[in-house]
Amino acid sequence: MKYAGLLVMPAGFFLSIAALVLFPDLGLRGVFVFAGIVVEAMGLYVAVRGHMPRAGESRL
Amino acid sequence: MIATPTMAVLLIPGKQIPAPAISMSETEFALCFALLLIAPLSVAGVALINTGLGRSRSAAQSLLGNLAILAVATIVFAMLGATFTGSPTGAAHIFHAAGKPWNWLGQGPWTLTGFGSLSPHSQLSLLFEFLALSMAAIIPWGSGADRFRLTAGCATAAVLAAILFPLTAHWIWNNGWLAQLGENFGIPVGDVGGFAPTDGFLDPGGAAVAHLLGGFVALAVIWIAGPRRGKFPREGLSTAMPGHNAVYVLFGCLLATAGWLAWNAAGAILWLRAPLSALPLTVINTLLSASGAIAATFTITRIRFGKPDASLCANGWLAGLVASCASAAVVGPRAAIFIGIVAGILTPLLVEVLELAVSIDDPSGAITVHAASGLWGLIAAGIFSSQQGQLLAQLVGVAALLGVMLPLTYLLLKILDRFVPFRVDPDGERMGMDLHELGGGAYPEFVIHRDESYR
Repeated sequence: MKYAGLLVMPAGFFLSIAALVLFPDLGLRGVFVFAGIVVEAMGLYVAVRGHMPRAGESRL
Repeated sequence: MIATPTMAVLLIPGKQIPAPAISMSETEFALCFALLLIAPLSVAGVALINTGLGRSRSAAQSLLGNLAILAVATIVFAMLGATFTGSPTGAAHIFHAAGKPWNWLGQGPWTLTGFGSLSPHSQLSLLFEFLALSMAAIIPWGSGADRFRLTAGCATAAVLAAILFPLTAHWIWNNGWLAQLGENFGIPVGDVGGFAPTDGFLDPGGAAVAHLLGGFVALAVIWIAGPRRGKFPREGLSTAMPGHNAVYVLFGCLLATAGWLAWNAAGAILWLRAPLSALPLTVINTLLSASGAIAATFTITRIRFGKPDASLCANGWLAGLVASCASAAVVGPRAAIFIGIVAGILTPLLVEVLELAVSIDDPSGAITVHAASGLWGLIAAGIFSSQQGQLLAQLVGVAALLGVMLPLTYLLLKILDRFVPFRVDPDGERMGMDLHELGGGAYPEFVIHRDESYR
């Protein structure tokens, strides 16, 4: 889980970069860049969840 | 509507021709140099805050660790990192993809050779980068308090200085691809605040290069080292482990403020080419942002807990300073107060969420104060900019840092942990880092009370 989340994050970056290359329109670029950040946030969420202790488990 | 019919990627490594040197009057040089001599007070303040927020049995290790980390980071950067960081007018490595040039890595001389013959602007830029690296390097040290080994802290600083910081600093400050978003991708930016000839991502005070990056390293250190023993028991809420010296923490805030005012003013001169007449407002905005932030945190903690919380208020003040880094030079006073208030509201709430909801043990609050507030400051600089494309440029920069630098940081530190274990052994944690790593405590004449929370 923790690694999956971190692997998803670069996908969001590439989505943002693709928007810059593909679309000349500022609004469309903004939507796709924002979508890229949302993907990164989802990846971060998964990584954070992956690092959390399971229910009832003591951390050290 | 699609601009390029095909996404052909041509990877042609190449070198950028150095740009003409940026001129700087003697007055500007002298003032900027003087400001950069004051700016390290911000690093000293953060070091004091790191120590105060840790436990008394780790205080000497904490403060010595700040010095050791600074030393390692500085030497590694001078010998290696500065080469890849490059300079605003120096040569760089570029590749071409989808018909666009991507300036991704600097190419300066090794081991600072020929530093004296650089232009005055390039010399001061490099000095500013040394300070930004110092700040980024000590941020994770506070997050790993009470369990992060000194050797591991130094090794982390070396990785930061050799790889992570040079990449980020080059992209944003030294004509890297993020600094050229306007020219290469047609994003309408530039002339921010009426004077700034920026052509891309805006970060004159190092909100991204120093604070966000430092926050990423802090998060990776926390994940890899794990929480302090007894912090998250099997049942019930997390155990409160308050800092051992609120006076260090609050005085650290005052000390940091003096450095921060100089830091933001120097950043405005160097990275925005701000005229000297714009500096007083930059300094006032920095103060307003910090003031708005502490007022908000004071109010929130008073409502939430019945009394204001000293360490959270200190974190709020610092969060306001961090949030001002990207925007103080380019926004008005009202916007600066608003930016600070948002940072101040965010701080106590996020500290609580990180600890109680997602079990992140961050004694210094670095993730909230440096990463989250730095992120907010960067976005706010775009929101309050007079240029319609600046917000897009800021979001692209945030996407690049979050999507590339955080996973890269985690990967590198995870590998490093295999060779230099981050976490101290259980006996070391039990007796305290001072005795275990240094053989003596910070307060030998005081009775160190048994930590009741330690079970």
